[in-house]
Amino acid sequence: MTEANQKLKRMLRPILVAGGLLAIFSVLGASLVAITYLQTKERIAENERLALLEKLEVLVPANLVDNDMIADRIEVHRADLLGSQTTTIYRGRKDGKPVAAILTSVAPDGYAGPIKLLVAVDTNGTLLGVRVVSHKETPGLGDKIEEDRTDWVLSFNGKSLTNPGEDQWKVKRDGGDFDYFTGATVTPRSVVKMVKNTLMYVRDQGDRIYRPANEGVRP
Amino acid sequence: MNDYMNITKDGLWRNNQALVALLGLCPLLATTSNAVNGLGLGFATTAVLIMSNGTISLIRHWIRPEVRLPVFVTLIASLTTVVELAMSAWFHELHKVLGIFIALIVTNCIIIGRAEAFASKNTFPKAIADALAMGSGFTLVLMVLGGLRELVGNGTLFGQAHLMFGEAARGLTLSLGADYQGMLAAILPPGAFFGLGLLIALKNIIDARLKERSAQRAPLQTLEPQASEANG
Repeated sequence: MTEANQKLKRMLRPILVAGGLLAIFSVLGASLVAITYLQTKERIAENERLALLEKLEVLVPANLVDNDMIADRIEVHRADLLGSQTTTIYRGRKDGKPVAAILTSVAPDGYAGPIKLLVAVDTNGTLLGVRVVSHKETPGLGDKIEEDRTDWVLSFNGKSLTNPGEDQWKVKRDGGDFDYFTGATVTPRSVVKMVKNTLMYVRDQGDRIYRPANEGVRP
Repeated sequence: MNDYMNITKDGLWRNNQALVALLGLCPLLATTSNAVNGLGLGFATTAVLIMSNGTISLIRHWIRPEVRLPVFVTLIASLTTVVELAMSAWFHELHKVLGIFIALIVTNCIIIGRAEAFASKNTFPKAIADALAMGSGFTLVLMVLGGLRELVGNGTLFGQAHLMFGEAARGLTLSLGADYQGMLAAILPPGAFFGLGLLIALKNIIDARLKERSAQRAPLQTLEPQASEANG
């Protein structure tokens, strides 16, 4: 072996060892993550399903329906009316007959960004309730749309497009029937608007919302 | 045993990572809007710290110095992911509330700081002790700051206890009454900075007082050895 070759080998060896060590630890780390992922996958999926179910049952209590609302869902694409590219509609039925639908509408014009909602409507077009899933509104002001903070969002219960009339579906400041918050009008205004849009969408669709998912016709 | 006493005192007080070393401030300030969130993140951080210190201490003779930092980061990142998955599986609601801050434990300088400064140079038992001490010190500060901010800003304490300890723990929640108009600033970011500043100031005051007192005692002992012996 020539002098130059030996020198090269001496230089190369620590580099190769270091590289090898890094590779070993990377494989170890990745394996650890992979194993944990596989072991927890099902439990996590079940947790997410239960969390969603809890949210849905707040609006449509379990005793009103006897189907799996999460499984019985469709997706529609009416960004113009419902505020996001894809809106999921969970359908609740009893004895095979439609009872209520929950739509994942999004109010796009919140003060600090889109406000994700769950809007529950029964087959008569009456609101069973509205809840806020996520938002970025100002703490202490716009965040009063949260059920934990004030009862405001409960005022939607029982309302419909005839109660109050369509023209009254605005905040009081705009001449309508709905309360707003002192110092925060944009937030409640955007929520009221989206709830109204959702009611109008549901009214226009009628039965189509409850069509089985495998039938081709999409609302 | 002396070593372990020192390790514990360092972790909990003398070198408290949050109040003295001022590390891990990002999660400290962001997740302490209430006591339970602070406690939850403290547990997660301590879990990662124990596993990381332990692992690094075990392999410390096999890591070449020039690649030790990448190896540390790889291990810490893997362990953080494991803890996050475990939390999502067994503490799902708390995981949702803490959100991205569990993953951000990777960037918490306390973990890599202890790996570099202690775990890579000490035996396994000592490394675990250090992790427990430093983690507990950090968790204590998280809980105290979280509790203070929650009390002043919201009028409650342990208001989210059921997220961590199950429905049975709702009874742990204390409240100053529904009429308490909280000081909102305490829950917003500035409140976190103020709160931390006050805690650091408090610790410094306590340290100064303790120093004064031990300085006052010392002269007596050297000048009058018989007297102190009599007092026993």
